[in-house]
Amino acid sequence: MAAPVQARQRPYKPPVLGRGQTFDTVTDKIASVVDRQEQPRGWWIAFTVGFALLNVLLIAVAWLFARGTGIWGVNNPVGWAFAIINFVWWIGIGHAGTLISAILLLLRQDWRTSINRFAEAMTLFAVACAGIFPIIHTGRPWLAYWLLPYPGTMMVWPNFRSPLVWDVFAVSTYATVSALFWFVGLIPDLATLRDRATTPVSARIYGALALGWRGSVRHWHRYETAYLLLAGLSTPLVISVHSVVSFDFAVAVVPGWHATIFPPYFVAGAIYAGFAMVLTIAIPLRRMYDIKDFITAQHLDYMARVMLATGLMVCYGYLTEAFYAFYSANTFEEFMMQNRMFGPYTAIYWLLILCNGISIQTLWFERVRRSPVVLFVVCMFVNVGMWLERFVIVVTSMHRDFMPSSWFMYYPTVWDIATFVGTIGLFLTLLFLFIRFLPMISMFEMRTLVPAAEVKEEH
Amino acid sequence: MQSVVPVHGVMAEFDNPSEFVAAIHAVKEAGYEGFDAYSPMPVEEAAEAMGLHGSRLPLIVLCGGITGFCFGYALAYWTGVINYPLNIGGRPLHSWPAYIPVLFECTVLFAALTAVFGMLGLNGLPQHYHPVFNVERFALASKNRFFVCIEATDPKFELEDTKRFLQSLTPVAVSEVES
Repeated sequence: MAAPVQARQRPYKPPVLGRGQTFDTVTDKIASVVDRQEQPRGWWIAFTVGFALLNVLLIAVAWLFARGTGIWGVNNPVGWAFAIINFVWWIGIGHAGTLISAILLLLRQDWRTSINRFAEAMTLFAVACAGIFPIIHTGRPWLAYWLLPYPGTMMVWPNFRSPLVWDVFAVSTYATVSALFWFVGLIPDLATLRDRATTPVSARIYGALALGWRGSVRHWHRYETAYLLLAGLSTPLVISVHSVVSFDFAVAVVPGWHATIFPPYFVAGAIYAGFAMVLTIAIPLRRMYDIKDFITAQHLDYMARVMLATGLMVCYGYLTEAFYAFYSANTFEEFMMQNRMFGPYTAIYWLLILCNGISIQTLWFERVRRSPVVLFVVCMFVNVGMWLERFVIVVTSMHRDFMPSSWFMYYPTVWDIATFVGTIGLFLTLLFLFIRFLPMISMFEMRTLVPAAEVKEEH
Repeated sequence: MQSVVPVHGVMAEFDNPSEFVAAIHAVKEAGYEGFDAYSPMPVEEAAEAMGLHGSRLPLIVLCGGITGFCFGYALAYWTGVINYPLNIGGRPLHSWPAYIPVLFECTVLFAALTAVFGMLGLNGLPQHYHPVFNVERFALASKNRFFVCIEATDPKFELEDTKRFLQSLTPVAVSEVES
């Protein structure tokens, strides 16, 4: 008998996969969601709600195209309002997906494996929802391609010194790279679905999408290199996107916007909001599809910790904003802060502090982090809180800036709300279609986590 | 040549990565060169056993990134300084610090596109047909089985000998691959 090999001392890592999993159980469990014809009742409820709201979006946008942005509550000082609030909210949500898929990959966090696929899908759908807003906000969305640099007969080019042009580049690059990353991750799993397909039609569709992937070791070798490179490229990209979004504000001279804290503050807020949304999706899914062995309480705990850390950074941002307003000795900044806290939108500001500052303090307790129900409630607070944050930033700064003669209140109309709620419908519809037709957890990466994947080499 | 060699190769099936990696070592030691191995997930040891080190891909991606940077700079400079100069607050036309976000995005975009299409191109994908799929059990290569296929193009390949050799590695099954 050989003496037991002394394991190298490593920091204790809690298991990220339930016991007794094999290649077969992992593959069958995940692929069966796509294979089987019957979906759980939760799927139908969520999809129906999503699809109904999607129709609300279609109506709201159709009416907008017919009548113009006058149907919204936007007015002269408050020209941005809901469209930009929702844009920033959605694009922020997307950030968690890229963080999980890229940054946690580079940091070798195994636990990302069971959540990265649907988090990336969430990123794509959130970016799709975000992208709608600036386009419809242009007023003449059929001319939105004017934002792009293209050689046209008008011989006009965009101004590359403008943050709004940076935004076009940042968001379109982010959408493209996220889609590539997601698709590359899907290729081996599409091959699995092709090989499992029971009908010729699904075999053809998955077969075409799998691009003829056959799992050659030579292919895997390049594949892994490419995947790492994409992760390395996505990491600075995801940081840059919300930084550029924050430049839309910070480069302007409006009180409350013109601050250097904005880029890091926005990025932290994006990751915070994104993790809240990942949890909002993961908690019902793990129950609906009984995948608690893959998305364990440990996963919830880790995600909650990320939320707590980024949430505290966001709170630091709030404090800095208040301090800066006071310390700048600038009348307009001081007034902005005083107006934000105690002006006509005071309720929204304090609701924001309740949602983003106070509710997450519960996450210091492990019992909260591991309790799906309580955690879900906290995440709902954060989802709302992050939306309110953008409302506070956008509306309170604009509705009373320098000239009291130009002050005006902003109130959303029913069409503002319908468009926003409608994009939630678009998001849910896309998400649940994705869950129905594509594996929501990366099967090939899960296979690398099962105990049987370990190679015992005799030397 | 194709008529002389009616098969694509001979394939052995394994049900765990350890035997799979050992088999790759054995095939290599036996002097075979024209072979490939298939696994349902990346197996680092298998790549090492096949002697795969490094890749041209990172260099290609670097070139892609540099191209993106140059494209972005050329675009911003030519449109903003030469073709359509806009006087905004009297600031210099060639304000390169303001180009940085766009240059960064272009660099990342081109590099990412190169990474994906470079990887697919070097792997010869998308591929419409490959003989290994003629083996019925190869469908498990995307689930739980590992395959080593010695190809008929290898100079050492002799159908019966190679079959016997693969049998000696105690696989789950050995099958001929029709081409």
